[in-house]
Amino acid sequence: MLQHIADGLLTGAIVSLGAIGLTLTMNILRFANFGHSEFLTWGAYMAFVGIGLIGAIDTYAGGSFGPLSFGWALVISMAVAVLATAALALVLDSVVFKRLRRSGNEMTLIFASFGVALLVRSVLLLMFGHDPKYYSRDIQMSVELLPGMRVLPDQMFVLGCTLVLMAGLHAFMTHTRTGIAMRAVSENVDLARLNGVDTGAIIRWTWIIGGGLAAIAGVFYGMTVQIRPELGFGLILPLFAATIVGGTGSILGAVIGGFIVGLAENLAIMVLPSGYKPAIPFLVILIVLYVRPNGLFGERP
Amino acid sequence: MISYLVFFLIFTLIFSVAVLGLNLQWGFAGLFNAGVVGFMAVGAYTTAILIGPPNDSVIGGFSLPFPIALAGGMVASGIAAWIVAKATIRLRHEYLAVATFGIALSIQIIAVNMPWLTGGTLGIIGVPKPLQGQFESVFNYNVFFLIMMIVLVAAIYNALQAIMQSPWGRALKSIRENEDAAAALGKDIDKFRIEAFVLGCMLMGMAGGLFTVFIGYVSPTDFEPTVTFQVWTMLILGGSANNRGAVAGAIIVWAIWTFSGWAIASFAPPTLQAQGGGIQVMLIGFLLVATLLLRPRGLIGEEVRISRHVGSD
Repeated sequence: MLQHIADGLLTGAIVSLGAIGLTLTMNILRFANFGHSEFLTWGAYMAFVGIGLIGAIDTYAGGSFGPLSFGWALVISMAVAVLATAALALVLDSVVFKRLRRSGNEMTLIFASFGVALLVRSVLLLMFGHDPKYYSRDIQMSVELLPGMRVLPDQMFVLGCTLVLMAGLHAFMTHTRTGIAMRAVSENVDLARLNGVDTGAIIRWTWIIGGGLAAIAGVFYGMTVQIRPELGFGLILPLFAATIVGGTGSILGAVIGGFIVGLAENLAIMVLPSGYKPAIPFLVILIVLYVRPNGLFGERP
Repeated sequence: MISYLVFFLIFTLIFSVAVLGLNLQWGFAGLFNAGVVGFMAVGAYTTAILIGPPNDSVIGGFSLPFPIALAGGMVASGIAAWIVAKATIRLRHEYLAVATFGIALSIQIIAVNMPWLTGGTLGIIGVPKPLQGQFESVFNYNVFFLIMMIVLVAAIYNALQAIMQSPWGRALKSIRENEDAAAALGKDIDKFRIEAFVLGCMLMGMAGGLFTVFIGYVSPTDFEPTVTFQVWTMLILGGSANNRGAVAGAIIVWAIWTFSGWAIASFAPPTLQAQGGGIQVMLIGFLLVATLLLRPRGLIGEEVRISRHVGSD
């Protein structure tokens, strides 16, 4: 039981990070981006490339922090992944989404996001192949935090890091001009524009933040599970479930939704065969849509 | 060569049935179904269970006649569609997309994890082909199946054309164009939408059933999410809200898919063979995005129809 809760919190942290970007896109760019989860995959692979490059330059970089499985090499690679993913998001926006936004039909954007997801996933598959990749081959010793609950040091790092990032994002959204402008645009685009908000810049910031957080989530997933081309595809439903549970547009909702989905997935396998785990987020979505379609913190249905 | 062409056309026409179903949902009713493959799978499995001979490891084996089994598959798909539609039809469009995507994934999971019903990862083999005993060679049988498919697709095409001209079809289009105006005219919007969604999914179920009886087995690997995008690309490329476009799109996209698969198998170096599927999927993604950007109405788009009561006097 405790072990399932610990696993659920870890999955939840990764899902939350991904869902924040998704909920921002749904509210500021006003379409459901089915390609968002591919940013996680892209980020995970970019960090993998980064580690490979650093390892080629400096063999000492293989060193690691205390009980953790990684060292500076991964931290730098994570920054590389964030930049590379934000760049991918901006490129996709200017090549595909920006043009379609002008046509004014959100459904076209959703279609396009599916196409983009297929493209990104198959490009990664062609570049890296089907076989799973790992940042580190070291074997880690798990620590028994509570009786019957064992966690890896890496997992604790991931959870802690997620909480710090969320606090940072909250400060950004409430205390910086850009953050406040983003919230204004998500409330009402026209009013925000009337007040002199540069909506083009806000859209770019949304992609950068969403893509960056997705990249970090992808690296965390790669650290604690493994890196595969289908990494993001398997997270599409959990991400949407977190967004819908929390109510679209609510960052706090996405965070709480992410943890609910992570816990639900891991607690459900206590009663259901584990093969059904991927279907749990769908059940969560159905329940929320039947009972409370606005989600926990959402405003509009 | 000719036998391969027959084979190719049969698959094209089977896909056409699904594309016509999607066209009813997206083209005419503006409903976003991201789980086409799930409804095809429900139809395929139900048909296989109903038509199949008794089998020790799997429930069913009712040995029912082909038309009844196919109808059973369609009904099962319709029920699955109704459950999803009921939950999401009133909500923002994205939710229908997410929910249908979710049900397709869940259906595949059920297919893999319920061996007593679906045969698990192995699927159900030995699904009898209707009237196969009457034909001497495989080629003759395939020609017969092709003729049956042509008749069937023609019938569905004509039925859909008639439906779209009917008051029901016109109400559906009016809802797509302007929901509030349609509601003000007393149309029960949710009811029309659910009906269109369920009907479209029943056609997808039929496509699944036809696929299964033609290849003679059903397995979860035939219902990967990629199929959903294939069907979509067929519709978007051909031109949504136009049934001729739907069929044309099915032919073109299936031709590209088959040809690229053949080209990779024949010319690609062995190291790339394993990832050949990736190239095919990439082509589909590229076609979808390129069509949306360059020719959003598709090759044959919707005909503009203006009521004869407007203007002309």
